[in-house]
Amino acid sequence: MSEMNNEVNTVMKYRTVGRHARESFKSIFRNGWMTVASVGAVTVTLLLVGVFYAILMNLNSVATSIEKDVSIKVLVETTADENQQKALEQQIKDLDGVESVTYSSKEDELNALIESFGEDGEVLKLYEQDNPLNDAFIVKASKPESTGKIAAAIQKFEHVFDVNYGQAQTEKLFDVIKVARTIGIVLILGLLFTAIFLISNTIKITINARSEEIEIMRLVGATNGFIRWPFFLEGLWLGVFGSIIPISIIAILYKNVSNFIEPHIGNTFIQLLDFSPFVYQLSGLLLLMGCVIGVIGSLMSVRKFLKV
Amino acid sequence: MIVMENVYKKYPNGVVAVNGIDVEIEQGEFVYVVGQSGAGKSTFIKMMYREEKPTEGKIIVNGVDITKLKNSKVPLFRRNIGVVFQDFKLLPKLTVYENVAFALEVIEESPRIIKKRVMSVLDLVNLKHKARMFPTELSGGEQQRVSIARAIVNSPSLVIADEPTGNLDPENSWEIMRVFEEINARGTTIVMATHNKEIVNEIKHRVIAIEGGTIVRDEQRGEYGYEV
Repeated sequence: MSEMNNEVNTVMKYRTVGRHARESFKSIFRNGWMTVASVGAVTVTLLLVGVFYAILMNLNSVATSIEKDVSIKVLVETTADENQQKALEQQIKDLDGVESVTYSSKEDELNALIESFGEDGEVLKLYEQDNPLNDAFIVKASKPESTGKIAAAIQKFEHVFDVNYGQAQTEKLFDVIKVARTIGIVLILGLLFTAIFLISNTIKITINARSEEIEIMRLVGATNGFIRWPFFLEGLWLGVFGSIIPISIIAILYKNVSNFIEPHIGNTFIQLLDFSPFVYQLSGLLLLMGCVIGVIGSLMSVRKFLKV
Repeated sequence: MIVMENVYKKYPNGVVAVNGIDVEIEQGEFVYVVGQSGAGKSTFIKMMYREEKPTEGKIIVNGVDITKLKNSKVPLFRRNIGVVFQDFKLLPKLTVYENVAFALEVIEESPRIIKKRVMSVLDLVNLKHKARMFPTELSGGEQQRVSIARAIVNSPSLVIADEPTGNLDPENSWEIMRVFEEINARGTTIVMATHNKEIVNEIKHRVIAIEGGTIVRDEQRGEYGYEV
């Protein structure tokens, strides 16, 4: 028996690797439409995973950058006169933790708004005659964590119309992200199972088509690993092929979408994640998911239908 | 070589196929296993190459207790056993040469050794000249000889045949027996389940008769002993 053990531990030979690869490719072509269906299922799944992931990661990054923002915008009541505004400015400056207070007239506010809309901002110029915006103070806190406290204090002052700051807005954004993530995960899980099921069925067809061969292999003493390898590889290829299209689409889409969006948000602190490394990481993730889906699919069939 | 001690086999559906068998087969013996259909012959020989596991008892083949053999060790155990079936079990898309070589390729033998051994066994079964033909182009007897070549290409010490002449006409059956005799003469043990009365009565060897899952007769140079 010790001689047998030594043989079992022999490292897989190059010849064998080539043989397994050949066998797995042969099956991929032989299975025709089942291969197409499996690859298609992986493609759709990964495309959705990719799009969701890209959107969620960007929303998350936006939310995080807003959250870190220390500025508070204090909108002054339109009825307040110059003296009252001055008094309010002084009140704010006297608060603990306030680093600076900058005045921004409603004209400045409108210009900034027009600019932020880029070319589409032209229509907003109509409001220059009768500006509906408020004069504002931009207050910067010295520490991000004191932003909320300062904002609450300002809210109580007279002649204050409203107080906006990043953290309050981000709470809503984080809620949106949470809901989107839940919907995305449910949808993706459903698709994942479909893809795995289709792959395992494709492998089942291969196993059936090769049942005679498998029987003989078992009889003449081929190891279980040797018998299983071509099926693992077939599943793996299905997963890998299924990830090529989503990776390409997402790379192209991301480039175009970010080229389109970036000019519009260029002068804000909001930024999309850079193409590199984000899209490369996402591609790696999709490829890995493709492989995992493929291997799980083939594992299921091999376990169930291959009595080895 | 093969030792069975107090072996029982009960299938999950309750059928008792082997009901207490004790037997010993020496290296180099030629043994016919006879008995009517459903007597337990197939289960008896399947247990020898561990296609079936006994529910009780001990089976030792080539010094290894195969009832205790781990599943992962079965492939290596099988490399020392050749199995031949009634229906040949050849792969139709492969040539004669490739069918035989297949048995060595899947145990990762080197191409040089494969070529040498395959040609040598094809010579032994007298099919060297048909090496490039496909199974469908051969007669039944020739196909069975290819399957024997495949069974012995790895030089096993034991060849198990389950009704190898069951699908063949008398002439081809005798040709198969000639090949088995030759393999046996080289020291290989042969265990052959058969319904072929003429062969058993003509080419005398040990006969083990099975009925109702037990050995009812075990004779050196025995007779078939059943009416066909």
